[in-house]
Amino acid sequence: MSGTAAPPDEAGIIAEVAAAHDSATPLEIGGCFTKRAMLRPVQAGRGLSLAACAGITLHSPQELVIGAKAGTRMSEIAAAVAAHGQHIISEPPDFSGLFGGGAAQTLGGVVAANLSGPRRVAWGATRDHVLGVRAVNGQGELVRSGGRVLKNVTGLDLCKLLAGSHGTLAVLTEITLKVLPAPERRGTVVLPGLDATQGVAALSAALGSPYGVSAAAYLPAEAASQVPALAWLGGPVAIARVEDFATSVAYRTDRLRAELASFGRAEILDDAASVAAWAAVRDAVPLHGETGAIWRVSVRPSAGPAVAESVARAFAANWFLDWGGGLVWIAGPATAAAHEAVMAAAKAGGGTWLLLRAPEGLRASVAVIPPEPPALARITAAVKAAFDPKGILNPGRMYAGV
Amino acid sequence: MIQQPAPKPDVLARRDAIVAGLRRLVPESGVIAEPIRLKPYETDGLAAYRQVPLAVVLPESTEQVAAVMRFLHEQGVRVIPRGAGTSLSGGALPLADAVVIGMMRLNRILDIDYADRCATVQAGVTNIGITQAVQGDGFFYAPDPSSQLACMIGGNVGMNSGGAHCLRYGVTANNLLGLKIVTVAGEIIDIGGAHLDAAGYDWLGLLTGSEGQLALVTEVTVRILRGPEGARAMLAAFRSNEVAGACVDAIIASGIIPVALEFMDRPAIHACEAFAHAGYPLDAEAMLIIEVEGSTAEQDFLLGRIREICERHDPISLKVSQSAEESAAIWKGRKGAFGAIGRISPDYLCMDGTIPTSRLPDVLRRIGEMSESYRLGVANIFHAGDGNLHPLIMFDANDPDSFARAERFGADVLKLCVEVGGCLTGEHGVGVEKRDLMGVQFSATDLAQQRRVKDAFDPGWLLNPSKVFPLTDALPKAA
Repeated sequence: MSGTAAPPDEAGIIAEVAAAHDSATPLEIGGCFTKRAMLRPVQAGRGLSLAACAGITLHSPQELVIGAKAGTRMSEIAAAVAAHGQHIISEPPDFSGLFGGGAAQTLGGVVAANLSGPRRVAWGATRDHVLGVRAVNGQGELVRSGGRVLKNVTGLDLCKLLAGSHGTLAVLTEITLKVLPAPERRGTVVLPGLDATQGVAALSAALGSPYGVSAAAYLPAEAASQVPALAWLGGPVAIARVEDFATSVAYRTDRLRAELASFGRAEILDDAASVAAWAAVRDAVPLHGETGAIWRVSVRPSAGPAVAESVARAFAANWFLDWGGGLVWIAGPATAAAHEAVMAAAKAGGGTWLLLRAPEGLRASVAVIPPEPPALARITAAVKAAFDPKGILNPGRMYAGV
Repeated sequence: MIQQPAPKPDVLARRDAIVAGLRRLVPESGVIAEPIRLKPYETDGLAAYRQVPLAVVLPESTEQVAAVMRFLHEQGVRVIPRGAGTSLSGGALPLADAVVIGMMRLNRILDIDYADRCATVQAGVTNIGITQAVQGDGFFYAPDPSSQLACMIGGNVGMNSGGAHCLRYGVTANNLLGLKIVTVAGEIIDIGGAHLDAAGYDWLGLLTGSEGQLALVTEVTVRILRGPEGARAMLAAFRSNEVAGACVDAIIASGIIPVALEFMDRPAIHACEAFAHAGYPLDAEAMLIIEVEGSTAEQDFLLGRIREICERHDPISLKVSQSAEESAAIWKGRKGAFGAIGRISPDYLCMDGTIPTSRLPDVLRRIGEMSESYRLGVANIFHAGDGNLHPLIMFDANDPDSFARAERFGADVLKLCVEVGGCLTGEHGVGVEKRDLMGVQFSATDLAQQRRVKDAFDPGWLLNPSKVFPLTDALPKAA
């Protein structure tokens, strides 16, 4: 690769992409490239980094919006909204503990990968809160979609299409997000000692209660032992979080404990312990000691335990469940056989998988996300061509040949 | 009057053969071709525009929709998808050479799963029908457009419909998990499912709000939510739009997100009060309806805080509901707003721009000035938390000059919304109504990119033509 360019502004990004288009040079697009080990490896002639294209461009707390250039570090955005008592709704994770490296992740990277944390189960994914984007397509043209207002159905929603497209359709240069007031207090109801099926049943009851549960996870004993805020319980835990005004958190955790009484005696974690426990779930701390491959499987919540059980039969898996059971985190050996087992379990559960981390050889040789049926794959190829006719933006990152 | 593409002469000439072909694909009663029976399909909620279609077909299954699409695709026939026909932007307006595919016979609820909090329904199930199916168990489907008694979930997906409770629960796009779609060539594809994060491109997000430009939706998997313990409303009236707007900002800044935060200006208050006798204060310039949820104690806490904030804004009156009946009374006028305007004006256009909420006083002042210069009345209803503004422009459809002024007035309002940093449509969609204004919000490059995405799904531009894209842009590549 002949180096990585890091232009300081959108005009520079446009110039880089236009030049790459003219010379048909594939580009590896990234911010600080903290997620390079995700998905398929990109074969590129040159790198294009958004890291220098940074800074908050719009912040209107009373209108619940913040806009920033794509290279803005997430920590800067989180701090800016926190200064006004607000938070980023989808609770995006920080995977530095999985991918290593000290670099900070950028807004563009989080949106391009559509990464969402525990609050996703109740409040939507990162893509749900992207109000507007500016992006450079594969022909070096600036394309805008959405805007800075909370409700907007004008034209095709390219914001959602580009969120989660991993830089394969266009280079995001600026993004506007909806934000919300951060809760005054957090509390967590903990049900110890349940097996995965009972645990997810308890989480479903919690999420199906009128008490506004904002996150729900199940950690088997091994995973729970890696989280100090939960390890003291000495076994598996099902945990459900409430976030609200202080009086509401006290009331709602109490009512939840009563409502879940048939699942055993619940403990309540206070604000500080809740923050620590959910940060660990968000960032997949229970898997930080793993050296092999890591998968995220998305299924209907009630299918989560069967997916975990199925892969645990195939290999020595370290796993836990977020999103009420619907997100199965799995760590295991970086082998084609293990990957087969995960794919089979995800298919049986009626859901999808993502090979989040693996050595380059494995990621280059297997489907890192489910292949699409032929009719949809043709649309994928056509939409890719509609943005990037020469196939220069992160080629092959999601699918071989796209 | 809006310009429409010329009908394809060869399609008009083959009308009988096309109708006969459709009759082979769906039950006899599912094909409508007699002029008198086509009449109900000539328009939708934007009744100023009318065009009788070539024929109407009413399939009863996804497979029949696919067979119909394969046939019409082979025949090069344009297609207009239609739910209940409640679009306020002309999203279901036919063309003379187009076949309307009505989804009303796809009206079954296929699956309800409380443990996984989702329901799968056919496209012709009404919005309220989903909530009615689950409310006995304490659940509901959140998006609640004003037309929810009639409008169908397939149309809600097509338009990415909103409602009065979006501030808390989001719009349609935020409440979907999966779709079953039929492509222009008649292929059936499942998008998403009952899981939260799909792999691959976000087809669910792209298709939602695509106004029938990309594919037909036959089944929808929605998130269903457990209802709150209770909800209660309050009403606050103020001396000026500025003060009411400042009060909205102060509520949001306090960290409270009410489930609804509705704003009405003086003309809207008067029209609604005359219609519904809801007890609205007639001496106010602006009024807020604010609703919160939770246990009774939580409602008291939140309404108490909001009341304190309102009291700092010199209110003319404050009324905090003490019961479900009082809450219903507070909502009664707002929910009847469209009927109320219909009572004082023979016709009205319901506009749908969104603005940054901080610009509300300025925008309302300029709309007032336009009202004077166009000599047409206007009442403003505003989803204040999310900036979605509904000016109701009153005119007389029997007076062509009045209608022409109303259309120009509406266009000026939407241009103003874009000028202050907002957009042309917050929840009604572009349809035919705002098609020719797209260049106000988007650059030629922006629109060309959207058009190429449309091309990727529908290379022949057979799906819901003449909507969304300015007509000059809306040409198939081959043409």
